[in-house]
Parts: sequence; C-alpha cells; structure tokens
Amino acid sequence: MPNMSLKKVQMPEQDPNVRNKNFKEVALGYTEEMAVEEAKRCLNCKNRPCVSGCPVNVKIPEFISLIAEGRFEEAYLKIKETNNLPAICGRVCPQENQCEKYCVRGKKGEPVGIGRLERFAADWYMAHREPETPEIPKNNKKVAVIGSGPAGLTCAADLAKMGYSVTIFEAFHTPGGVLMYGIPEFRLPKDLVQREIDIVKKLGVEIKTNMVVGKSVTIDELMEEGYEAIFIGSGAGLPNFMGIPGENLNGVYSANEFLTRINLMKAYLYPEVDTPIKVGRNVAVVGGGNVAMDAARSAKRLGAENVYIVYRRSEAEMPARLEEIHHAKDEGIIFKFLTNPVRILGTDDGWVKGMECIEMELGEPDKSGRRRPIPKKGSEHVIDVDTVIIAIGQSPNPLIKSTTPGLKTHEWGGIVVDEETGATSIPGVFAGGDAVTGAATVILAMGAGKKAAAAIDRYLKSKSA
Amino acid sequence: MFKILEKRVLNPDVKLMVVDAPVVAKKAEPGQFIILRVREGGERIPLTIADYDRNKGTVTIIFQEVGKTTKLLGSLNEGDYILDFVGPLGQPSHLENVKRAAVIGGGLGTAIAYPQAKKLHSMGAYVDAITGFRNKDLIILEDEMKKVCNRLFITTDDGSNGNKGFVTDVLKKLLDEGTQYDLVIAIGPLVMMKAVSNLTRPYGIKTIVSMNPIMVDGTGMCGGCRVTVGGEVKFACVDGPDFDGHLVDFDEAIRRQAMYKKEERQSLEAHECKLGGIGNA
Repeated sequence: MPNMSLKKVQMPEQDPNVRNKNFKEVALGYTEEMAVEEAKRCLNCKNRPCVSGCPVNVKIPEFISLIAEGRFEEAYLKIKETNNLPAICGRVCPQENQCEKYCVRGKKGEPVGIGRLERFAADWYMAHREPETPEIPKNNKKVAVIGSGPAGLTCAADLAKMGYSVTIFEAFHTPGGVLMYGIPEFRLPKDLVQREIDIVKKLGVEIKTNMVVGKSVTIDELMEEGYEAIFIGSGAGLPNFMGIPGENLNGVYSANEFLTRINLMKAYLYPEVDTPIKVGRNVAVVGGGNVAMDAARSAKRLGAENVYIVYRRSEAEMPARLEEIHHAKDEGIIFKFLTNPVRILGTDDGWVKGMECIEMELGEPDKSGRRRPIPKKGSEHVIDVDTVIIAIGQSPNPLIKSTTPGLKTHEWGGIVVDEETGATSIPGVFAGGDAVTGAATVILAMGAGKKAAAAIDRYLKSKSA
Repeated sequence: MFKILEKRVLNPDVKLMVVDAPVVAKKAEPGQFIILRVREGGERIPLTIADYDRNKGTVTIIFQEVGKTTKLLGSLNEGDYILDFVGPLGQPSHLENVKRAAVIGGGLGTAIAYPQAKKLHSMGAYVDAITGFRNKDLIILEDEMKKVCNRLFITTDDGSNGNKGFVTDVLKKLLDEGTQYDLVIAIGPLVMMKAVSNLTRPYGIKTIVSMNPIMVDGTGMCGGCRVTVGGEVKFACVDGPDFDGHLVDFDEAIRRQAMYKKEERQSLEAHECKLGGIGNA
C-alpha cells in the first residue's frame, strides 16, 4: 500500500536556537522507519519523470523501492551505479529544481523526499558496511584530472572504474574542492566528504595535493609526462567584487576567503587551530545564493549578533535553495530584499563601520529572465555593520588559462567546450563543472564530470584503434 | 611532506632553510613565493623563494620569527619535515633589459632582494645593493650579497656598524651624486618601500616593490591579498607580488596588514606560554 500522505516525512533537525551556535549538522537524517515510510510515498511511475530531472540519471524509483522493502544496502548500490557521491548529493543537491520538481506526487502535495532518501541510503551504508576495494583490470592508460571537487572526483571515479590510471592534481593541501572549502560543516560534514573521497581512492585514483596546475606544472607538461587525456575541473575560484568604494577596508571579506578560513582552515576552532577569522557584532552578507546563506549562517555561529542578507532583488528571485533560505530565517538571519550596497564606510583607521545601501524596485525582465532591479532615487540609507562579506558569485580561476596557450575561453573566463563531450579547443583536453559554467551546483559539476569521463573513454579508444 | 635538508641561523630572529621540493625548484624564478603549512591545524603562510637549485631539487626560504607559525617553523631542525609546501606562486620579476639597478633590502627584505640582485648580476647588469638593519647583529647575507653586486652599502638604524641611517639616505646620496639607474627594486617593510618609492618618484626611476599581504590560498581564490595599484584592485598572489611602487596605495596596504594584529599576538602569547610554561620547567 503506498503512503498517500500529502506531506514528506519530516526530517529531524537541531533546534534553530541551538544550532545557530554550533557547527554540527543541521538536518539529522531519517531513521530506518522514517525512510521506509517516506519511500512508500513513491508511486513507482513507469515513465520515471524524476530521473529525467537528475543530471547523473540516478535510478530513482528503483532505489526507492528497495528502501521501501528494507533492502538498504541494495538501495545504496543502485544509487552508486550512476552517482559516485550519494551522501553529498543527498545533502546539497537542489532537489526542488531537479528530480523532485518532476515527481508526480508533487502535483498535489509535496513530492517524494528523494534527496532525503538518497542521503539515508548513503548514511546507512557508511554506518553499516566497510567499502570494498574493487578489482578492476587496468588498461595502462594514464589520465590526469585537475581539481578534486565534485567534477574532478566524479570524472576520476568513472575513469578508474573503466580501468584507467587516474591521477588527480589538487592545489590545496586537502582534496575535496568546494566540498571542503566552500560548504560549511553544518550542511555537509567534512568527515563524510573525506569518506567519499576515500571510496574514490579505493578505485585506484591517486590524489596529488599541493599541486597548482598552471604554476607547479602546466597542462603541456602533463601531456609530456604521458597523460593521454586531461580533465580540467578547476572550479570557479575567483571571487567577484562589486567595485564600490570601501571594498578594501579591513572587515570586508570575499565569501571565498570567509568560508575557506572557516571550512578548510577550521577558524571556528581558533585558537586551537592557527588560522583566525574576524567576525564583528553586525555582519552584512551581500548576495542571494547558497554561498551567501552559508556565509551568513556561519557568521551567526561565530557569535555575530545581527546578520543581514542584503539582496538587490526580491525573495522570489533568490537563487539559493529553498531549504537553506528557511534554515537561515529560522536561525535568525535578517533578510533585506530589494537593497543594494553603494559604498562601504570606514573608520579613520580603516575598519568597516557601516554600509550605505539604496532601495531597489523591480522593472522589466532582463537577459536572465528575472525582473531587473532599478535603484529608487533618494532612498539611500546606512546599515550599521562592522563586517561585510561579498557573496555575489565567483568566476573561473584564470591560472590554467593563462599558462595554456591554445585553450579557448569565453570573455568572462569560462573554458569553451563542446557541450556533449566537454572537449576543449585542445585535443585530449576536456573540461567541466564551474570552470566551464561559472559557479553552479555540485550535481551539475558531477554531471559534467561524468559526461567527460565517457567522452575521454571514447576519445582514447578511438585513438588506439 | 617536505624534508628540511639544511638549517642556518642568520641572526637571532632570522633563519634559513633548504627544503627538498623538486616540483617547486624546477620552475622557481626570482620574485616568486611558496605557501607552506608547518603542521596539521597550522596556517597557510606565504614566504618568498630566496634561492633554488634545479639540479638538487631544493628551495631555500629565509624567514623572520615574528608570529606563531614562523616560530614553529623555526623550531624545526634538519631532517624534520614541513607538512605542505606549494609553488612556485606569483609572477616572476621582470628584469630584462636592465643595465643599472639599485637593489634595496630592508631587514628580512634583504633575503627577498637577494635572488633579484643575483639574477640581475648574472644578466650582466651593474648592481648597487643597499641593505638596512636595526643594528649590526641583525645584518644578514652580507657575503652572499657582495658576490652578486658591484657595490654593497649596509646601513644600521643605530649606527652600530659605523654607517648610521636608513637605506633611503644612501639611495638619496647616490642619486644626488648623479648615479643613474633604470630600475630600483625595494623590498622590506611597507613603510620602507613607501619611503623609497616617494624618493624615486621625482627622479622618474622605475621602482618595483614586493608586496606581502595577508593571503590564504595563493592562487587568486580568496581575494584576501587585494592591493590597490594605480586605482585598480590587484591580487598580490597572482598579479604580483611585484608591483610598481609609484602606483601602490601603501597607506591602504599598511592598514590591511594590521587586520589580524590582535589575533596574532594572542596566538603567539598562547604558544610561548606553552613553550616556556610550568609544564616544561
């Protein structure tokens, strides 16, 4: 009997007033009983609309049926057939815009909690089973992957499963890319990311840290070293600033710096660790995406009294995941919509003391399809803040582009690729994820890594044929 | 893990280490830097590459023990390991077509100025080196510097080496005497680089300074190392660390460098307390 409840089984969460003071995970996950109950809401549709909404084509109705039957290990293995990082995707995918958007149950009531079930299966497996080291026959072909974020890890794992000898080159001292430096512990625990990376390593993937491709070694040199194909998944690691006066005052951070200090360098444990962070009493985060939510919620956890999200459009246009906006509101983050900073004010000795903003109204839709914000004359006002975090997006990092002659990029920095294969302008060099699209989501990066892995396999087979 | 092959104490605060880092050594050029992390839980800090040997695969760093991380690093010995050591980062210095140069080092900045002087000298340029220290006990790299320049002038703030004054006093005297330079390289504390830049501006001599702002990743990702140069915002880690001294907003840079003063002091005090505390008595 399907469970015909219109609502998802609720997932237990830490109390908002407790969790906004710690970095432990907010959502606690389903119990076995909750998972089975939610899985029974799936109607197992023949045409599987949910799968078409998934960038890596997880076999959704199949794995959910297995959960409904209490076959949790098999459910996990079913997901793993197409998704190398389920514990991560179950937590950070924007399901409401992907699989769950197309769920038939969502037409009347809430869609099936696909993300929550995916997370459950992954967590259950990690808690109950030791990941195995699979026997994979090697084909003695070397492939280099640049960047160990979601795109790189996915591409590397898929290629390793096909028998390639894969080496990942990571610039930081810890692999994981944005999963490690960008997404906070309370949304994506780092030991979990580490375990997913360990599973990828068990496939035989080697990860070389402290290697900045473009500086320590170039793409051309990797080719000379015998890598027959290269995948660039170097992400969007170049922070955008607004170009307004006062952006270089002390107390103004890019979201990248703020989150890297916290997530990768663990500055919230300072002085137990050596990397400090400054969070004032009143913090403004400029932007409306997931990164802005992450920065605001982190600032609150570090003790800020008032944390504002300053966003130039209205709530309806916010690009952040719904769940994260709700979480932020519950935790006491103050939203200032239709507000845009015009300059940051400083003290005589160079510290932030306020941010002057102007009110906006929405005009006609622009190129992005969203209504364009227009400043309201005479509405200037000052918000009393001592810290400003700029979270208005990142662009692809130019290091590789600047040291790889012949690699075509768009004017805004993204690498030009063939959409179907990820092939760049250089034969044998593929790219995907934020390095190609600009800042997007974990799952889109994984989808691109997957596509490129298949294309690299075809490329190398045709080369040797 | 990166092994320390050699360690030398250059003065009570300044140490030199030769580190086994073939990947960095293979590509290093004067003006570039590395980022290191001494141990788990440690900061990532940038240090300029003082020298390198491509054949041996080694990189030399010279650092002053000022904060917790540099003190920890200084406590390591030959045979010990540095946890992370990544590079070479930043742009190499542009030293082509220079015929006469003044290379100026203030304190520890001398260690950073040394590879530049060495490179200029090897390219056949006439090099005057001017180095300045607080007192004669702090003088470093005197012999090394002598080998790579035509004239070496060493000043001390207190005159304890018989040549009281600042590096700017020497440079001003040389310029007033009519010495011609097509390049001045000034490396040291921000106030010193500012003073040198202000001095050379009216003479119209191209002046390069090396910025060492707060930095996390060193690859252009965090934006923490922003420096305003000629009204434009640059990232020292990828656009620099060398910049035109006549265009750098030094006052802003001085303010930004003070950002973590309080935390740095706390961290150091906590560290020294542990080192010299009752537990160790």
